[in-house]
Amino acid sequence: MLSLNELWFVLVAVLFTGFFFLEGFDFGIGMSTGILAKTDTERRVLINSIGPFWDANEVWLLTAGGAMFAAFPNWYATLFSGFYTPLVLLLLALIGRGVAFEYRGKVEKASWKKTWDIVILLGSLLPPLLLGVVFADLIQGLPIDRAMEMKASFFGDIVNFYSVVGGLTMVVLCLVHGLLFATLRVTGDLQARARRMARSLMVPLAVLVVAFFTLTYFNTGIFEAHGGILVGVLAALAIAFVLAVVFSGKQKDGWAFGMTGAVIAMTIATFFIGLFPNVMISSIDAAFNLTVDNAASGHYSLKVMTIVALSLLPFVLGYQIWSYFVFHKRVHEKGHLEY
Amino acid sequence: MDVIMLSRIQFAATTIFHFFFVPVSIGLAFTIAIMETMYVVKGKEEYKRMAKFWGKLFLINFAIGVVTGILQEFQFGMNWSAYSRFVGDVFGAPLAVEALLAFFMESTFIGLWIFGWERLSKKVHALCIWLVAIGTILSAFWILAANSFMQRPVGFTINNGRAEMNDFLALITNGQLLLEFPHTILAAFMTGAFLIAGVSAYKLLKKQDVPFFKKSFVIATVIGLVSSIGVALVGHQQAQYLVKTQPMKMAATEALWENSGDPASWTVTAFIDTENQRNTGEFQIPYLLSFLSYSKFSGEVQGMKELQAQYEQQYGPGDYIPPVRTTFWSFRIMVASGTLLILLSMYGVYLAARKKLENGNKWFMRLMVFAISLPIIANTSGWIMTEIGRQPWTVFGLMTTADGVSPSVTAGQVLFSLIAFVAIYAILAVVMAYLFIRVIQKGPYAAETQAETSSDPFDKEEYRHAIS
Repeated sequence: MLSLNELWFVLVAVLFTGFFFLEGFDFGIGMSTGILAKTDTERRVLINSIGPFWDANEVWLLTAGGAMFAAFPNWYATLFSGFYTPLVLLLLALIGRGVAFEYRGKVEKASWKKTWDIVILLGSLLPPLLLGVVFADLIQGLPIDRAMEMKASFFGDIVNFYSVVGGLTMVVLCLVHGLLFATLRVTGDLQARARRMARSLMVPLAVLVVAFFTLTYFNTGIFEAHGGILVGVLAALAIAFVLAVVFSGKQKDGWAFGMTGAVIAMTIATFFIGLFPNVMISSIDAAFNLTVDNAASGHYSLKVMTIVALSLLPFVLGYQIWSYFVFHKRVHEKGHLEY
Repeated sequence: MDVIMLSRIQFAATTIFHFFFVPVSIGLAFTIAIMETMYVVKGKEEYKRMAKFWGKLFLINFAIGVVTGILQEFQFGMNWSAYSRFVGDVFGAPLAVEALLAFFMESTFIGLWIFGWERLSKKVHALCIWLVAIGTILSAFWILAANSFMQRPVGFTINNGRAEMNDFLALITNGQLLLEFPHTILAAFMTGAFLIAGVSAYKLLKKQDVPFFKKSFVIATVIGLVSSIGVALVGHQQAQYLVKTQPMKMAATEALWENSGDPASWTVTAFIDTENQRNTGEFQIPYLLSFLSYSKFSGEVQGMKELQAQYEQQYGPGDYIPPVRTTFWSFRIMVASGTLLILLSMYGVYLAARKKLENGNKWFMRLMVFAISLPIIANTSGWIMTEIGRQPWTVFGLMTTADGVSPSVTAGQVLFSLIAFVAIYAILAVVMAYLFIRVIQKGPYAAETQAETSSDPFDKEEYRHAIS
């Protein structure tokens, strides 16, 4: 049986997985407005394809943050203060992006739209890059001292070759995921091009994924600690990847999208399984690691939160799924475009 | 400047900016929900047009409220990590519940509302905006539960060198919360109402779309009147609660250095000399402070000097007097704005009842346009009083603000983020004002003319489809 601490570790992992699965395609769509769309209408179609969903998808990140705060205050405190500068950049990106979706279509002026297009592109590219860097750093280890304070240099401790490869992997993964989401939501030429672009990115993505996990093997200690499970997870990841390539070739878009989703889920699973039972690894001394025990809230607090979370989660999932059902029809160029 | 000062400025700046938009969102969502319900019940297109027009302003505003809110959740950990470690066990829970219960609800149903006009039945669509409105109110409840813990910590015990929750129910039935929550929500309704009333007054002055804006004005001033009176009534309860729970804040609010004596007079204005701890040129109303504090015309209120001595004994040496001038004046600005709002909405309702809105007093209508800013001023000064008045504490009696700051973050980092956030917020404010004015200038019938003159035949077709 899981202890409450372990349960909350799993819940945080699930929330981040949900975030990257859902907001991952939003980021991909955002990037594709810059590289796939040729006309303003195509850009609008792409933005509208995630129009009703992106905001709720982003809430997965906020809930993950809130869950960390409530269940693992020390994890939240160390991570958020330690990664101060990347998080400032992340916030700037998310702030700009959210407003851009809402405001872009409000004024019919080329310069207006062009400005917001740049914001959407940067706002969709930076978050997966930064979060990829952060997660790679988490399993690589960070200078965390006796007092649980992380005093990391921006270049070196946070931005290094390994973490940048992690960030780039996340970016391309989200892009492909988003392009495949587009194949499910748009029609005609745009759909065909999205499919083609997704396929053409499969090789670079494969190179990045292999490079990242190879570097992970050499740069981190996660395989020593959890080799058995991780080999299974990575095997599943590889199979999902191959199936994504196969399905996208056969134009089975839904299946292909599901498979890139599985690749994302397995990637996030690798991070969290690799960390467990730590939540942050100290590169100074293993005794300074933050763990599911020393970073956690007390038993009472966890118990209350468990009751609240488990009774609310079914409703949240229910109405989110319902909203996808309501907007299951594809977005047409000729149709009404809200954004 | 050191990291503590910079972090304080950043927290204040970003939080104040965020809270310009939050009450507008809460108030507009609620009012739009009422309008759309009237559309469902009465079936008149005009109410739908109302929901849609005010909905446009709502969405422009809501977007900023949402994105600036992300920062709010992050910056406890980013800038106040020592605080987060110390109170996370208690304080984190309401934030997590807020995300899970309120943020998901708001964000999902706002998507359904924006994109669902043609896809959902009338009733389900109206239900969506109600769920958004309820989501915003729930969000306020949980974040205020967290804030109330900072004002009056309850439901916890000190264990392992930190505050640990031991009574969740106490946390959400905190007496502070039971007053702070209705005060804030009613103020938010008032904020939304005066925005709608002010914009309507502007359009009525210009004699544009008169029937539409007359109706909007009436709905808004009625909500404005009820909520502004409600705010004041709850506010009076809060003052009495303050005397009991945070006497130092009360004394600072009144710039009361010595004990007041019995009965206590209320100081309307004064020159406050914080150095010598005395006031000059006080203008006072007898008995009023006793009434504010105890709802009767007798009773003494403790002064700051005596409380300082008392706190030194209790908490050790230190300066426990908050910035008196800021606390004193922000309270007066709040009360003055609130009083003015009650009077304005009373006269507005009177004019509406006498059916004199069209040819009513032009100066009154101009005043109503200006009055859009009053609730925002009142909200902001109210929060400044609440938060500044609690200083030096971040959690009253438990932790000072200076002790809460992140030890691993440097002044350079905070300076960089402060400049970046202020810059992006300034841009947002300008863009938002521009869009607001555009929507207001175009008016509620803009969509039609735009579609008719559109060169894109498909737009037209879609438009016909939409109204058929």
